[in-house]
Amino acid sequence: MFNYTIRRLLFAIPTLFVISFLIFAILDLAPNDPTGNLPLTIPPEVRENIRISLGLGEPFPIRYLKWCQQFFINEPLNLIEQWFDISIGDSENRLRVQSWATRSPVVDLIVERLPQTLWVLGLSYVIGILIAIPIGVISAYKQYSIFDQIGTFISMVGFSVPTFFTGLVCIVFFSSTLGWFPSIYDTTHEVTDLASFWFQVKQMIMPVMVLALFNASQLSRFMRASMLDNLSQDYVRTARAKGLKERSVLLIHVLRNSLIPVVTVIALGLPQIFAGAIITEQIFRVNGLGQLLIIGIQGADIPLVQTLTFIFAVLIVLFNLIADILYGMLDPRIRYE
Amino acid sequence: MKKALLCTAVAAGLFAGPAMAERGTDGQLKILYWQAVSILNPFLSSGTKDIEAASAVIEPLAKYNEKGNMVAILVDEIPTVENGGVSEDLKSITWKLSDGLVWSDGTKVTSADVAFTAAYCMHPEGGCAQVSNFTDVESVEEIDESTVKVNFSVAKPFPYGPFVGTQSPILNKAQFADCMGAKAPECTDANFGPIGTGPFMVSEFKANDVVSYVANPNYRDPAKPAFASVILKGGGDAASAARSVLETGEFDYAWNLQVEPEILNQMASAGKGKVVSSYGTSVERLMVNLSNPDPALGDKRSTLEGGPHPFLSDIAVRKALSLAIDRQTLVDVGYGSAGQVTCNVLPAPEIYASTANDACKTQDMDAAKKLLDDAGWVPGGDGIRAKDGVRLSILYQTSTNSVRQATQAIIKQWWSELGIETELRNIDGGVFFGGDQSSPDTFQKFFADIEMYTNNFDGTDPEKYMANWLCSDIPSPADQWLGSNMPRYCNPEYDALVAKMGSTAKLEDRAALAKQMNDMLMQDVAIIPLIHRGGVSAHANSLEGVKMTDWDSELWNIADWKRAK
Repeated sequence: MFNYTIRRLLFAIPTLFVISFLIFAILDLAPNDPTGNLPLTIPPEVRENIRISLGLGEPFPIRYLKWCQQFFINEPLNLIEQWFDISIGDSENRLRVQSWATRSPVVDLIVERLPQTLWVLGLSYVIGILIAIPIGVISAYKQYSIFDQIGTFISMVGFSVPTFFTGLVCIVFFSSTLGWFPSIYDTTHEVTDLASFWFQVKQMIMPVMVLALFNASQLSRFMRASMLDNLSQDYVRTARAKGLKERSVLLIHVLRNSLIPVVTVIALGLPQIFAGAIITEQIFRVNGLGQLLIIGIQGADIPLVQTLTFIFAVLIVLFNLIADILYGMLDPRIRYE
Repeated sequence: MKKALLCTAVAAGLFAGPAMAERGTDGQLKILYWQAVSILNPFLSSGTKDIEAASAVIEPLAKYNEKGNMVAILVDEIPTVENGGVSEDLKSITWKLSDGLVWSDGTKVTSADVAFTAAYCMHPEGGCAQVSNFTDVESVEEIDESTVKVNFSVAKPFPYGPFVGTQSPILNKAQFADCMGAKAPECTDANFGPIGTGPFMVSEFKANDVVSYVANPNYRDPAKPAFASVILKGGGDAASAARSVLETGEFDYAWNLQVEPEILNQMASAGKGKVVSSYGTSVERLMVNLSNPDPALGDKRSTLEGGPHPFLSDIAVRKALSLAIDRQTLVDVGYGSAGQVTCNVLPAPEIYASTANDACKTQDMDAAKKLLDDAGWVPGGDGIRAKDGVRLSILYQTSTNSVRQATQAIIKQWWSELGIETELRNIDGGVFFGGDQSSPDTFQKFFADIEMYTNNFDGTDPEKYMANWLCSDIPSPADQWLGSNMPRYCNPEYDALVAKMGSTAKLEDRAALAKQMNDMLMQDVAIIPLIHRGGVSAHANSLEGVKMTDWDSELWNIADWKRAK
């Protein structure tokens, strides 16, 4: 297992370099321009100067290598400096990856936005799992019962109705009509006492539930299918023949075995949490990583988009590996040696 | 008991006589800009949202009010030739700062700050987005601690480019001294929290998300601002921004609400807020390509060398296109209170607005058909007019935006009634306005017959704007397609008028010249103006003092905003 992990990690390095180059090339070829959204009253010569001051005057390979240097060398050095409060070399003049729109280091922007994205999306993922597993188990155990039919219907609705629709319906109903929850997420809010905690709950409830519904409907289908696969296996019949209680047959034997593929699906879905939910964040103005990415794309803020998408790529490669390893650990039949 | 007494005393103080306004008594003001603010240094970003967010903090020497008139901000009076502030030869202007001005950190505002701001923006490596305000500035001299003189290399009949209007505020020299030129983008702290003279100062800034301000304790008027703090939230879309003010009442002010008028009116009927609009110089127009965009021409496509347009070079066709449009319908469908019919490319300020072209306000389909018939364009078998084998088939492009696509569809309908075939095309705004050399879809390359977009000019002086249609400003491969003369209009008489305006100082004469140029463009139908567009915002009923302007930042008088009692 250890050798396997090391081999996979080593293999990931060239993969990631190829990915980073591809992202950079695609962004560079895209017909977009960082001065494109400026008012038309800005004359073309001034636009040209702005482009040059952003470093666009240099040829493509140089810009790519500069980004590599900033991202793979300067940013980690800067992180180490901040963690250990030391300075290595000429840290004053070390160039970090700078966003074009905000003229500030991209990594700082990402760090600033991580908390709200992780809270809202992470919580929605956890709640989604907590809803999905019982529904999946009961639906499979009582296949074609009323509960199963309703569960299937709701998960189909949850999966096929986009979050920009459910989100808007929620806002119109709970914010405009009833006035229960705020429709705009306050990112400056700090939890200090019970009242402020309650406010935090209120402002998180709508985005979290909208996303949780979406996640739960997907996962409950996986759970149900996996349970059905296992319920018809011989070992279940054996367990029942041995006189085990139905409860322990279901929850100890079947559920555990059925969770193996579901855990993989959950692990593969984790990078999405970091990627943010672009649409849901826009609707509720959570302004996390998804919103940062979409603003970057709209404003042709190439360093920002490049860095964000590359970090997502790293996470996806990493969680793929984690899912494989988990699978091996949970299922003794799988061996990677 | 003591406490009760104190309360009574305070209450008595409050109610005695006409209530004196006090700083910071009205709590928090919540503003929503659906385009999130990226940076608070307007010299490094010219996005309107960034400039407006910064305008609550840093101020120019003079601003424009809601009528488009200049008002003194950091000076006592606006220099003119009459009061001696502008030299007789129009080559210099002298500003005298008001007495006792201080920055929000308590230090004195001096002429050194003003001169520094000019040097900061004019630095060749800085990539300053507002450098066009400093066009022809030769030097900025500090005469004494509070007097500064701007010298121009040519006579400037309108010397109010530098330091006037929200795009040209004064920076604090001490804060930005190390941020000159190539260093400018690296000063993140200064760019995110400039020290200013305005009513508020930045307390927290999350880029692309939210700006928090608190009242400036050193603001020059001790009674202002009425609000103790301001939250300026960003993100989302215009419709939901409107909802948060008009329907849910969560915010006090929402900016730039380009929403279908029907939806906006429905929201406003909830009664929680008001929709306000103001008109500047923005005109949604059709640009007519007078050069030939035929792909067969290769490199000469849409250039003067490629020859004239096969049918748009006929003025009868251009006139017919304009006559077939019912502009009021376009306003009703797409703009509502955010638009009014116009027949001029220069619709405002009032002294510059011509009335010579008002005939276009009414649609006249019969006259349009007659024009085409008389010019020899007769319908063929497929109902499309043609002459000598040239069919009237138009490629009509614009940027992607739901109002623009609706406008395109309606206009296509009218033109097809006229016997003209129209193909519609829309291009992402970032690409269309992006000016990327390698993209064939930019509005400068204009590889189409008609294109539609909005343009305007900063401030109130149209000299630079009218110079957009000089022969020398025609985009072509030779100038990297950077010109602004999209119709490829070239008329020596027009060029002569532009030159004349550059040397005319008297306002009335300038107005007459500008009108003449506008009329020339209109009567040659190089540009078909459609709609005079205004800005639309909404504010809560409980918010008083909003004087919305399109000439300056919408927050230009945020110091006077207060809660209705």
